[in-house]
Amino acid sequence: MRRRDVLFGAIAILVIWQMAALLVNEPILPGPIEVSRAFIEEMRGELPQHFLVSTWRVVASVLLAVALAAPAGLILGQSERLNRLFSPLVYLLYPIPKVVLVPVILLLFGIGDFPKIIIIFLILFFQILVLVRDSAASIEPKTLLSVRSLGAGRRALFRYVYLPASLSAILTALRQSVGTAVAVLYIAELFATQQGLGYYIYLNGNTLFDYPAMYAGVVAMSLLGLGLYFTVDRLEHRLTPWKFVE
Amino acid sequence: MIVLESVSFAYPEHDPVFVNLNWEVARGEAWAVLGPSGCGKTTLLYLLAGLRHPTSGVIRIDDQEQTGPRPRTGLILQDYGLLPWATAYKNVTLGLQIRRFYGPDGKHTPSDENTADHDRRVDYWLHRLNLTSHANKYPAQLSGGQRQRVAIARTLALNPDLLLMDEPFSSLDAPTRESLQNLTFELRAEEDLTTIIVTHAIEEAAILGEKIMILNQPPNCQPVFIKNPDAGQLDYRHRPAYYEMCTKLRQHLEVNQ
Repeated sequence: MRRRDVLFGAIAILVIWQMAALLVNEPILPGPIEVSRAFIEEMRGELPQHFLVSTWRVVASVLLAVALAAPAGLILGQSERLNRLFSPLVYLLYPIPKVVLVPVILLLFGIGDFPKIIIIFLILFFQILVLVRDSAASIEPKTLLSVRSLGAGRRALFRYVYLPASLSAILTALRQSVGTAVAVLYIAELFATQQGLGYYIYLNGNTLFDYPAMYAGVVAMSLLGLGLYFTVDRLEHRLTPWKFVE
Repeated sequence: MIVLESVSFAYPEHDPVFVNLNWEVARGEAWAVLGPSGCGKTTLLYLLAGLRHPTSGVIRIDDQEQTGPRPRTGLILQDYGLLPWATAYKNVTLGLQIRRFYGPDGKHTPSDENTADHDRRVDYWLHRLNLTSHANKYPAQLSGGQRQRVAIARTLALNPDLLLMDEPFSSLDAPTRESLQNLTFELRAEEDLTTIIVTHAIEEAAILGEKIMILNQPPNCQPVFIKNPDAGQLDYRHRPAYYEMCTKLRQHLEVNQ
């Protein structure tokens, strides 16, 4: 997408927001100018600390999910027998909305970063696993045969075919799921923590009733989601340029 | 160069494709294997490439029993088998990268492989096949003929002495097909290649096969062999002998069916 179009979209959102704020005319919906002012103010306070904690949690989850799901997906995608064995398990677990497990995971793992990371990890894990598995399994048999005819054994097939194919699947999975990951991060940070943007938003909105500060938190969380999305998008363009050629 | 002795092959839980097939190919010959869909042409090519193994019997290439892919056998498939994520240049270098990956182990890479001239070989084949200006394009950006030339360059960069081709030009338009057929013959002469092309197109078999094997519906045990010594001559496709050969091949196929 062109930068100009993105900028136009951003301006449109701000205009709609401002119009909605004028129409509602209540403290619960301040306009973008007021929120921008609050955001700058909050950035001098505790907001950056909460932002960093949330970023760390979501980035750690992404790295953990890629590190475990990508190899698992590759193994299942390469081996029809293993895939047949595990696919009923994946089939049943994949559609479960992992966010409902938040209370269980908090009870099991207690306070701190770990349970939050686990919850996001679970969502990303299945998404990446399924996409990497399917991309590895859908590699044309003729492609494999032709690369084998060039002298490739199992190791070279892995290095020159399966790995590049899975890289594309990993990035697609991440692009599709970073938004969900940040949404779930918000839910996870409502419980058993005093750090993170979820906590910050809830504290200012529901306890302190400081709506501009709450919206500053919402903006920070949106920026986190956007930043992750743009990062994945840029990585996709850089690492898998063949998908974008015309 | 190639000897098939009583080769039988069947896919698991299927009727046999070949039963006691015997065949000899001398070095430097240009063979075409002609037959209808499902006759086992591609399977025969996979057996020769070492990608499938006979259920019984022996395949020998250069007096060595075939147990797996042989480094000096090149295979070009119908739909090119190019990696979509690699540029034309990277696709052409793929076989050489694999050779460097394993080193000269005699199994994946010839034990006398000279890795120092890999770059030169890639440049030579890109240039020889008019691909230099397309080197940085991805397969999706290339025409069918260009993709096929990338597949040919990728295989020839490995200095094969045996080139196996599976319906390599079937999806191309007529002018591109003819130019690549001519190129195949030029390369065969230049590189001293033994070529075996499988095809369902009678005209292609007549153009590319100095010797032609006609397969029937499986199981194949006694294919028909036809000599076609004028194949490969520059104006052959315009001569009456070519049309006569096409008629002859057509009759054989119709009788067999």
